[in-house]
Amino acid sequence: MRLSPALRQKAVVTGLWTLAALTVAVLLFIVVYVLAKGLPHVTWNFLTDRPREMGKAGGILPMIVGTLAVTALAVLIAAPVGVVTAIFLTEYTREGKLTAVIRFGADCLAGIPSIIFGLFGFVFFAITLKMGLSILAGGLTLAIMVLPTIIRTSEEAIRAVPAAYREVSLGLGATRWQTVTNVVLRSALPGISTGIVLSIGRSVSETAALILTAGSALRMPQSLMESSRTLSVHFYILSREGISMDNAYATAAILIVAILLINIAAYWLMSRFIAKAS
Amino acid sequence: MALRMTQAPPAPQHKRPRPKVPVAAALTVVLVLLLVLGLIWGAGGFRKTRGKTVTLIGSTSVEPFAELLAENFDQGHSDISVEVQGGGSTAGIQALTSGLADIGMCSRSLSKEEQQTMTPIVIARDGLAVIVNESNPIDTLTEEQIRSLFAGDVTNWKQLGGSDSPVNLIMREEGSGTREAFMNLVMRGRETALRALVQESNGAVKELVRTDPAGVGYMSLGLVGTEVKAVKIKGVEATSENVRRGTYTLVRPFLFVVRRRVGEATSQGAAASTRANSPLAAAAGLTPQAKTLIEYVLSPPGQAVLESQGLVAAQ
Amino acid sequence: MRQDKIIQWILMGVALTAIGALALIAIFIFKEGLPLIFRVGFSDFFLSSQWRPGQGQFGIFPMIVGSLVVTAGAMVIGLVFGLGCAIVLTEFAPRRLATFVKPAIELLAGIPSVVYGFMGVVILVPIIRQYLGGPGLSMLAASIILGIMVLPTVTSISVDALRAVPRSYREGAIALGATRWQTTRMVVLKAARSGLVTAFILGMGRAVGETMAVIMVAGNSLALPRSILDSVRTLTSNIALEMGYATGEHRQALFATGVTLFIIIMILNSIALTVSRQRAQKVPKV
Repeated sequence: MRLSPALRQKAVVTGLWTLAALTVAVLLFIVVYVLAKGLPHVTWNFLTDRPREMGKAGGILPMIVGTLAVTALAVLIAAPVGVVTAIFLTEYTREGKLTAVIRFGADCLAGIPSIIFGLFGFVFFAITLKMGLSILAGGLTLAIMVLPTIIRTSEEAIRAVPAAYREVSLGLGATRWQTVTNVVLRSALPGISTGIVLSIGRSVSETAALILTAGSALRMPQSLMESSRTLSVHFYILSREGISMDNAYATAAILIVAILLINIAAYWLMSRFIAKAS
Repeated sequence: MALRMTQAPPAPQHKRPRPKVPVAAALTVVLVLLLVLGLIWGAGGFRKTRGKTVTLIGSTSVEPFAELLAENFDQGHSDISVEVQGGGSTAGIQALTSGLADIGMCSRSLSKEEQQTMTPIVIARDGLAVIVNESNPIDTLTEEQIRSLFAGDVTNWKQLGGSDSPVNLIMREEGSGTREAFMNLVMRGRETALRALVQESNGAVKELVRTDPAGVGYMSLGLVGTEVKAVKIKGVEATSENVRRGTYTLVRPFLFVVRRRVGEATSQGAAASTRANSPLAAAAGLTPQAKTLIEYVLSPPGQAVLESQGLVAAQ
Repeated sequence: MRQDKIIQWILMGVALTAIGALALIAIFIFKEGLPLIFRVGFSDFFLSSQWRPGQGQFGIFPMIVGSLVVTAGAMVIGLVFGLGCAIVLTEFAPRRLATFVKPAIELLAGIPSVVYGFMGVVILVPIIRQYLGGPGLSMLAASIILGIMVLPTVTSISVDALRAVPRSYREGAIALGATRWQTTRMVVLKAARSGLVTAFILGMGRAVGETMAVIMVAGNSLALPRSILDSVRTLTSNIALEMGYATGEHRQALFATGVTLFIIIMILNSIALTVSRQRAQKVPKV
């Protein structure tokens, strides 16, 4: 039986809408489920106390500090270095075979599984450079993990700045560096910030690589050379070992809220970037 | 890009209005400053406090007990901080060799090779429990039966008198001391089935057996709790009492392993593991903090803590 | 200008250091891993099913199969649901709904993989165990969880690709009497094909690289899977499970696994690059 095109369309469109609804439903369900089971357990004490009984009781303050510490370390190293590299590649070099190779390499490194960076960080930073399981080793590993992504997104953002902007600035007598800072960077900043903010999100979610570079110590870290657990690692251990499902959900809820906020910031920055560029 | 070039550039003779500092930039800077402050406050700089910290890495079986000991130790010695990490017995040995750890936690005996460079200190003895789901009707098994289960000879529970369902084998990862102990004590040289599931900690094995009616696994006796059932071995219940009496035969040592002074005779090390004093003497490069911790663990209060948790005293 | 030159040198220094560091990391991984592949032998490393590090046997074939089937399953889900979602958002949904739903889906891309894995263990695995059989920890569970995880990536890049198709294409088709779906199927999808392929490949890259969620729901057994209800181990899971205690040859074998993954990603990225280059050449001139 051959359906008329109109009927065929109705059938297909209904099917597609079902798929879309299912997709959104599943994704929403995950977020709502975790928040519903976790937020009731997020008390002020939970946020400010240290864990007791391996995490069954007490709070997660050391984990919050640990997460902030490794993320800050990663971003403070990778962001300036990445943006400067992107500036150099776009503004101070000519397009050619070499830049294409570098771009391809950065793309590949950006796509490599995080666990490989974890393996590298464990062998190189923790053992060979004798940093031990520490925030420093973890932060450095995260830095090299997000560096390729920051280079690429910054590069794309800088390249999207219209040539006209640069020409006008140079025409007014500015130096190349003045042009870069006053004109190009200002326009590209939302796009660059998006890349940085997304890297922050990636650092916060990272688990496997951090267990083997920053370790999983429960105590409040007193220095960068001490081991520390991040929120993701703590959630993983709590849920895996069945130590406390309530606290696991609570930790996950905090993680999700943090990452949602970070992603909202990225989206808002990106929309400003698009508004500026058009 | 080509399309954007057609936009007229601003006329050069007019003064370009100073662009307002993008809010995004300002926000980013503030965020970064906050992170830096958080880092400095939380971190105390690059100060190496390794000297004052005792790092224990290794067996996931020993880990919870080491954490408990550390919490108790903290009350009497607040100037020494103890870090406990998991990873598995072999990871602990490796961490000791590579310098990541001061003490390696191990839930199996050391191999001859390992004893060349390391000294084991027995802190407790632990039973190895074979666990099944609460709903599994089987109560007791012989070592033979467990061996055929894990070797893959027995594939359905009904072959052992249970319900009609395929057996789901749950193993630990290769570096696990619990797995090593199981292979030595039960498998006695036979290979385990390739299709067995692999989980990376005691807790993960327990969680899986708790939820899977057809699951069977092995784990540290001291951590079994009430949510899963530990089968009796040849009718002998899996309790720490029976481990102490010697009637429950699946027993393995919990070890704190330290580096040995190079050149010590191996025989001295092997005998020394039964007496508390000699291993400490043979240990090389033990920081005073690590020494204090080990002395606490071997002392009556330390041993009492372990016994209260279901372990058997070292001796 | 002198100052400009100095700044240029400083920038070059930083950039070269960064690029050099990244290159060194890639070289380190290859230096550790390649010799082992040669020593063990290509066919023994890639095609043998014997992974027994204790006895010096390093066959990663079961893990390659594991990664392949889990990724394939994930991409089936990612393609069907992700593309379906994208088509609805661009072609059939009212504008307002689309501008709200697309960023919502992208936000969900940031949820940590351990949370997805945990949901899989708590909700999906028991369902599979009870209604489909097997231990529940299975290739099916891993594919479903991974599929859900790559959905946001596939959807958002597909939406971008579909939106890039000029309106005139659609208007032309409708003017010729086609229905909306006929337009979509015969005109828009074909025009956006290279962008959609890019979305697919980037999603696949993410699926191949996922570690934690897979460890939690796939069971990690070393046997070759015979059905989707069997447990599998992937290349990434293997590295994560064993890197804590591997030394010597065993550790080199893990680096060799890393080299394998590196090469897979390089191939995927090359395909994406070629495809997007084709797209750039086909600039519409309507």
